[in-house]
Amino acid sequence: MTLTIEKLQDIAKAEKASLESYRYQINVCVAAGCLSCQSDAVKAALEEEVKHQGKEKECIVRGVGCLGLCAVGPLINVSPPGAVYQAVQVSDASDIIESLTGNPVSRLELPIDQPFFKYQEKIVLENCGIIEPERIESYIAEGGYEALYQALRQMSPKEVIDEISTSGLRGRGGAGFPTGLKWTTVYKAQHHEKYVVCNADEGDPGAFMDRSVLESDPHRVIEGMAIAAYAVGASRGYIYVRAEYPLAIKRLRKAIKQAKHLGILGENIFNTTFAFDIQLRLGAGAFVCGEETALIASIEGRLGRPRPRPPFPAEFGLWGAPTIINNVETFANVAPIIRRGGNWFAGIGTEKSKGTKVFALAGRVNNTGLIEVPMGTTLRDIVFDIGGGIPGNRKFKAIQTGGPSGGCIPEQFLDMPVDYESLKEVGSIMGSGGMIIIDDTACMVDVAKFFMEFCMSESCGKCAPCRIGTTQLHKLLERITLGLGRSDDIETLKSLCDLISTTSLCGLGQTAPNPVKSTLRYFEDEYTAHIQQQHCAAGVCAIQTAKEAKA
Amino acid sequence: MNTATASKNASSSPRPPQNIPDKRLRKIDRTMRLNGYASHALIETLHTVQETFGFLDPDMMKYVANSLTVPLSRVYAVATFYHFFTLKPSGEHTCVLCKGTACHIGGTAEILRKVETMLEIHPGETTLDGKISLMTARCLGSCGLAPAGVFDGTIVGHLTPETVGNKLHEWRKDDADH
Repeated sequence: MTLTIEKLQDIAKAEKASLESYRYQINVCVAAGCLSCQSDAVKAALEEEVKHQGKEKECIVRGVGCLGLCAVGPLINVSPPGAVYQAVQVSDASDIIESLTGNPVSRLELPIDQPFFKYQEKIVLENCGIIEPERIESYIAEGGYEALYQALRQMSPKEVIDEISTSGLRGRGGAGFPTGLKWTTVYKAQHHEKYVVCNADEGDPGAFMDRSVLESDPHRVIEGMAIAAYAVGASRGYIYVRAEYPLAIKRLRKAIKQAKHLGILGENIFNTTFAFDIQLRLGAGAFVCGEETALIASIEGRLGRPRPRPPFPAEFGLWGAPTIINNVETFANVAPIIRRGGNWFAGIGTEKSKGTKVFALAGRVNNTGLIEVPMGTTLRDIVFDIGGGIPGNRKFKAIQTGGPSGGCIPEQFLDMPVDYESLKEVGSIMGSGGMIIIDDTACMVDVAKFFMEFCMSESCGKCAPCRIGTTQLHKLLERITLGLGRSDDIETLKSLCDLISTTSLCGLGQTAPNPVKSTLRYFEDEYTAHIQQQHCAAGVCAIQTAKEAKA
Repeated sequence: MNTATASKNASSSPRPPQNIPDKRLRKIDRTMRLNGYASHALIETLHTVQETFGFLDPDMMKYVANSLTVPLSRVYAVATFYHFFTLKPSGEHTCVLCKGTACHIGGTAEILRKVETMLEIHPGETTLDGKISLMTARCLGSCGLAPAGVFDGTIVGHLTPETVGNKLHEWRKDDADH
């Protein structure tokens, strides 16, 4: 059975009509954040209550994707009147259903005119909190798979790539490589088989953007991959997803099955000769597998160890074939670009960084959760307006971006616009989008030690600078945090950092010293205080015990 | 296990380990069959083994190695390289504490210290009575709920040393009641 555009439009119409037949819609967030606050029980209670009050014909309860403000989950959205309720409990169900005909339940209401919602611009997350992630019809009703139809039936592969190049989209996994350029390389490569791989091995601690996209809108990623496959001439795709994300895996499996059933994956897609199939591959808890050559090795069933590049995967990738590897968020941007044009996308953001970026806000900030802002938004807007500032009015100290490969940005750069270049200039990186806000209760030497412990145990061990270097750095930091540092330790740290960054084989080792480098650059006084006065201003480090041990 | 089936299988395909119920073995065979017994299905197959048995049993590793015709050394290398795989059976209850950045800033270290003293074990170990296994995770991706942990498969957020301590007490008490 091949799907036609008429059939696709029929599905969309039927879905919309069925939704419109209800007077009230209650959307309950069923992404992992809210689920861990028992939002599934809340959903069940609401459904029960709708039945109990005999409102089945006028009210529908749906499970939708992430509504963003994970800090105050479970979140639900009731329309009309378009109210958002926070921290909803099972016991609130009857009040909520009763209030449908009257005033909203004021004790649960979350003001939606606050900066958290107002300052965001959603492209990747446009469907999050709106569609039901486990139903393909819901995605189709919001224009899903129309971009794929448009690409297959109205555009040549070259035109698709041109559109992506025009948009200025850059890899959202962290390095920011121009997506159009990567696709062009694979497009030009002569090989009987090509592959499209989606990197969903979101290993950075403090990052949960990809997980939320996969849990809230899995079809968008599948559509992006299919368009990419058509553009470069691939017929098989793999999604490499962390085994630690069971819900994302479940929803992806379901989405792939539904797409196959409808004929969106398989042979003769939209009555063309284009054929595409996607398989899921589970990671097994190795951070280094986020590196593209290690990821390929892992898909091939081997140890996830990187190899020197070049050749890049675009020329010599999975099983030696030219391979596109893009991040979840990159693929999620593809369908909107095809639908609305590269120029539209290029109109958003800064000169060199186009579009929007999804960030995961966490740490010492009031509004922890998932946000999407145009490139070029300042850190101050993100932390203090959208993020709602620091809890307990404590003092902002730094913002950590880019996970273990990134750095800590101090207060003086708060007014800096966020894009790939400016973050790099101040010693951090965009990374995949985790932003951890640090206040004065944290010790920066301890933060550096934390990341070094991470890199040390995640180093795959293939190259000496990374394997041995990270261990040495960790030992030095350990010593300093115990109050046993020596006066030349800072110099040793600096020279070791340079050595590791310049001589390591892959991105993990090359960027591993970044957290140490950036904390040394902006917070050297804290290091000195630990070494010279055996003093940890934040009181985090276990210096006391060390002193006692010496005595 | 039915000895008649075992001897019949032995001639044509790798011998399944003894004393393992057919049903669980079938799951593992299914994964390998779906992947055409290709050697690149190794990680997928090990996932199924761990899902079915809770850990990677040496006999099962041999069975997988033979079925997929990959050297046992490679199976062992893969099983020990990836953190997700475990070679030891876990306790009745599992407590996973997240050690991600947000959780670290939120005070996981203190919680972990408390749990370690309370259970007298380190992460990756199981209490002597086999009741509770303690593990740490790199990042659960539940940073909005930091500090977070997983107790018997359920994610719990905003942990404190007290709430975790109470939970562990509960487990011990429950079992004592049985």
